[in-house]
Formats: sequence, C-alpha cells, structure tokens
Amino acid sequence: MRARGPSRLAWERFKRDRAAAASVAVLLLIAAFAALAPLWEHLTGHPYHATFPGTGLEASGQPRGPGGEFPLGADQLGRDVLVRAAYGARISLAVGLSAALLAAVAGTLAGMLAGLAGGALDTLLSRLIDLTLALPYLLVAVLLSTTFQITSARAGITMTILVVAFFSVAAFARVIRGQVLALRRQEFVEAARLLGASRARIMVAEILPNLTAQVTVLTALLIPAAIVFEATLSFLGAGVPPPMPSWGSMLGEGGDVFQTAWWLLAVPGALLLLTTLSFTMIGDAVRDALDPRGGPAARGR
Amino acid sequence: MARLAARRVLHAVFMLWLVATLVFVFVHVSPVPVERVLGGPRATPETLAQIRANLGLDRPFPVQYWCFAGRLLRGDLGDSYVTGAPVTALIAARLPTTLCLIAGGAVLWFAGGVALGMLGAVKARTLWDRAAAAFVLLGLATPPFVMALALLYVFSTRLTESGVHLFEAGPPLEADFLRRMILPWIALSFLMLATYTRLTRAAMLDVLGEDYVRTARAKGLPERRVVGRHVLRPALTPVVTQFGIDLGALVGSTIVIEKVFGLQGVGQLVHQSIAAGDTPVIIGVTLLVTVCVITANLVVDICYSLLDPRLRHR
Repeated sequence: MRARGPSRLAWERFKRDRAAAASVAVLLLIAAFAALAPLWEHLTGHPYHATFPGTGLEASGQPRGPGGEFPLGADQLGRDVLVRAAYGARISLAVGLSAALLAAVAGTLAGMLAGLAGGALDTLLSRLIDLTLALPYLLVAVLLSTTFQITSARAGITMTILVVAFFSVAAFARVIRGQVLALRRQEFVEAARLLGASRARIMVAEILPNLTAQVTVLTALLIPAAIVFEATLSFLGAGVPPPMPSWGSMLGEGGDVFQTAWWLLAVPGALLLLTTLSFTMIGDAVRDALDPRGGPAARGR
Repeated sequence: MARLAARRVLHAVFMLWLVATLVFVFVHVSPVPVERVLGGPRATPETLAQIRANLGLDRPFPVQYWCFAGRLLRGDLGDSYVTGAPVTALIAARLPTTLCLIAGGAVLWFAGGVALGMLGAVKARTLWDRAAAAFVLLGLATPPFVMALALLYVFSTRLTESGVHLFEAGPPLEADFLRRMILPWIALSFLMLATYTRLTRAAMLDVLGEDYVRTARAKGLPERRVVGRHVLRPALTPVVTQFGIDLGALVGSTIVIEKVFGLQGVGQLVHQSIAAGDTPVIIGVTLLVTVCVITANLVVDICYSLLDPRLRHR
C-alpha cells in the first residue's frame, strides 16, 4: 500500500462532495451547449448575427416567444435567442476562465516578488496594488473599453480579458504577498538559505509548493467573479463589441423590451446564474478539500 | 497614535494625487479625440481646430496639466464639454440619489449580513444554518444587475398587473420615497449581504472556539451574555473593516443599479458622459469615487487601531 500525498487526499475529499459533482455536471452541460453552437445555428438556420424581422417579430414589432421556429424565442431585432445564448456561453466561459488564469499567474508572480524581494521593489508593488484597489474598477473598466473603441470581435474579447484580469490581479497579489511573508520566516526556508540555495531556488522549490493550495482556492473563486465582471461590462455596453453576443450584452440589449418578453431576461439570466452558482460551489468544494481543518460545516455550507 | 494617523493621511493624499494624474494622462492620450466626438462626423478641420482651442486642448500637455492641477486644488473640476455646466454642480445635483441608494443598501446588507451570520454561527449545523448557507450561495452567485432586472420584472411588471405596486420610477427624494428605493436597495445589497453573512459566521465561529469563551460559559454566564459581550465585539472587527472598504468601492456598482432602475444618480451621469466623451465629468466622478474609497480605507485603518491596541505601536 502506498502513502497518499496531500493533493491525492484533497482530490478524494473533493470527489465525495456531491454538490461539487452536480456543479461539474451542470458546467459540462453548459460547455457542451456552447461547443455545439454551430450545430444549433445549422439546425435552426439562424446565424447569431442575422435578423429575421419577418418570422421573429410579430406584426406589432414585438419579438416572438419560444416555440416553433425559435425554440427559445427571438430578441427585439428578430434574432434567435437559442443560437445567441450558445455563442454567448462561449464568450462568458472563455473570458471568465482565461481572465481568471491570467490574473492567477500574474498575481502569484507579483505577490511572490513583492514578498520575497522586500525593499524598494516590495514598496513599489505594494503601492501599485493599493492604487489598483483604490480605483473604482467598474468605472475605469468602462472608461478603458470605450476609449479604445474596438470593432473586431477578437480584439474586443482580448481587451475584455485583459481588463478583467488587470482588476483581479491586485487582490490576488495582496493575499499571496501576505502568505509569502509568513512562509519566509519558517525554518525550512531558513534551512534552505543556510544550505546556500539561491533566491530563485527558494522561490521555486520552497515557497511555490506551499502556495499551491492558496492559489488553487483563489483561482477557483476568481472564475465566477471574472464571469460576472465580463457580463457586467457587456451589460453596460463596454464589453465584447456587437453583434457578437454575450450573456451580459443580451441582458443589456433586451433591457428595454423584457417586460413584455420574459425570455430575453430568463434565458441569458438563468444561464449566467447557473454558471456562476456552479463555479462558486466548485470553488467552495476546492477550498474545503484543500483545507480540511474547518470542514464544510464550519464554513457556511 | 497621532503619528500613525498623520502618516495615513499623507499616504491617502499621495494616492489621490497619483489617481488624479493617472486619470488625466489616460483620458488625454485616448485615441478617440474629443473634438471628433463633439464636432460630429462631418466637422471641417477648421471647426475641429476651433473646438480644440476653445477647450484649451491646443496648449502643450504640461501647461494643461498645470491648469488642471491648479483648478483641482481650488476645488474646481472644470466645465462639462457637452453642457458647459460646472462639473461640481452636475455631480452635486446627482449625488443625493446615489448617496441615498448606497446608504439604504449598506444598512440592509450590514444589518442583514450580521444577523444571518450570527444565526448561522450560534445555530451552527442546524436547519437554520443550512437555510442561511443556501441563501448565501444564491446571493454570491447572482450578479447585481441580474438581481435588479429580475426584481424589476417580477415587482414592476408582473405584480403591478395584479394590483401590487412596489416600484415607481422617478426622482427618489420626493414623495413615495420607499416605493422608489426599496427594490434598488435590495438589488444593490443582495450580493454583499451574502458576503457579510459568510464573513460574520466564520469570524464568530473562530471566536466561539476561543478559551476565554469557554471560561465565560464555565462561569455560568447565560449564552446571550456570552455572545453579546464576549463574542460579538472581537468577531465584528474584521467585518467592520471590510464594511469600510466595500462602502467606498460600491459607488462603482451603483452604475448598474441606476441604469436598470432609471435612477438619475452619479453612476448614470458618468455612464452617459463616457458615451458622450465628456472628459471633465469622467475625471470628476472618478476622482470623487477615489476620494470615497481612500477616505473609507483611511477611516477604517484609524478605527481599527482604536479597536485593537496592538496595532498602534507597529
């Protein structure tokens, strides 16, 4: 029989969490829905940017509800909500995941540098972190996206990812810096230094492995936050440029007519809610699995 | 204590200057020139030059910055490019709505979060606790603008038809005050309420595990007194810290709530100004919000060292 390492133990604890398993299943379904977007497009014959004023709108100009040719209804311009929601899922997942990963990598690096280097570099990085946290992030993000007006979808997505990541780095780096400062005083780091290990070696071989739990938990909790951030930006018209759909922009554009057309609110809203709920539950499960001391009951779950 | 406070204030002023400069530089290097926005697509080069001259944009960059900084020190944020009105007046006109929104929301989320968190901690592992936890999870996962849209749909569209009238659009500070603000307050505070429930619960459980709580119980103190006198104060310290920080940062999220409910607050002002390229208003509001965030942090820092004597001598 082999001894089980801490990551193995954490994985086994994670697997036992039924709420997390259900969340993973929901996310896989949403991912499949997103991946099959071209299929929905093909089956309905409605490209995501095409308008169908003839079939999608009633004579009064009201969008047609779910059923028949439009399984999830049409929006205020007569576009297919099903197809748009599927393409929107791609944007939400892609932006949320890549922004969170980017922020995690940058935040870990910045936090470790600040914590280990000390002196002027630490002061500079810490001030930068303070500065970013003091900025009204939503306002600055909207300002950024509207000043650099971008029309191509690819550039718009990249820009949104960068904006979301940028404003998530500071909080991340601050936590990691604190952690590094605490680890630095521990005996095993002292021992490594006495053995003649270089700074780079201490950083990679001694400190980094001890940060993995913290980094994993923070990243897992960052993903739903990043998805919400993107949706909020797009809702305000400062995210992914139209006609590329995103759940946020669908909610924003439908805002004027959803009082009579509930599906414009319900479809993207429910998808967004399910996604963030699932990611939040997975994040909680990851935290409980990696830090078993409190146990789920002590944590508000 | 005084030295610590002085250092904090100095730091706050420095941050403010840094943000002001940053926003100024950023807005002025933006690739979409202001005269294009104001002059429209068909403006002749002469008109564009005239607009630049009128706004003082033809002067060298350092001179513009100098004027900006000088005016800022006198409390003058300049005039709006679009309406020509002073930015301070524009903001002052919108500020009451936003403050009212934030104040109501903050009361709701702090009181609600602390109450639910206490419930969860005192009755840990019971049905109450589980119900609170489910509520928290839902709150954490709901983006404020989705909450706002859902509330608006349910209460303003569905229920109005059946006679329940809960939301009324219009200026918030007049008649029917509650009816106008209750939904925006809920929408603004829902996510925060969840966060605070979790925060309070975790902090209280930590303190409940301390030795001196066991001592207090062993002395035969009633549970009400143990929680009220010995647990609440230390448990609330981190919660209050977070409250100060979030309060300032919240001004940003009001943009979304104001947009959904059609409240004419500062958030709407800046959202419209960004679309119109109205640089002075954008800078003005950004500075205002930054002042709020920095002041909130400052107050929290100082309060924290008053509450916790250990921090005074760092």
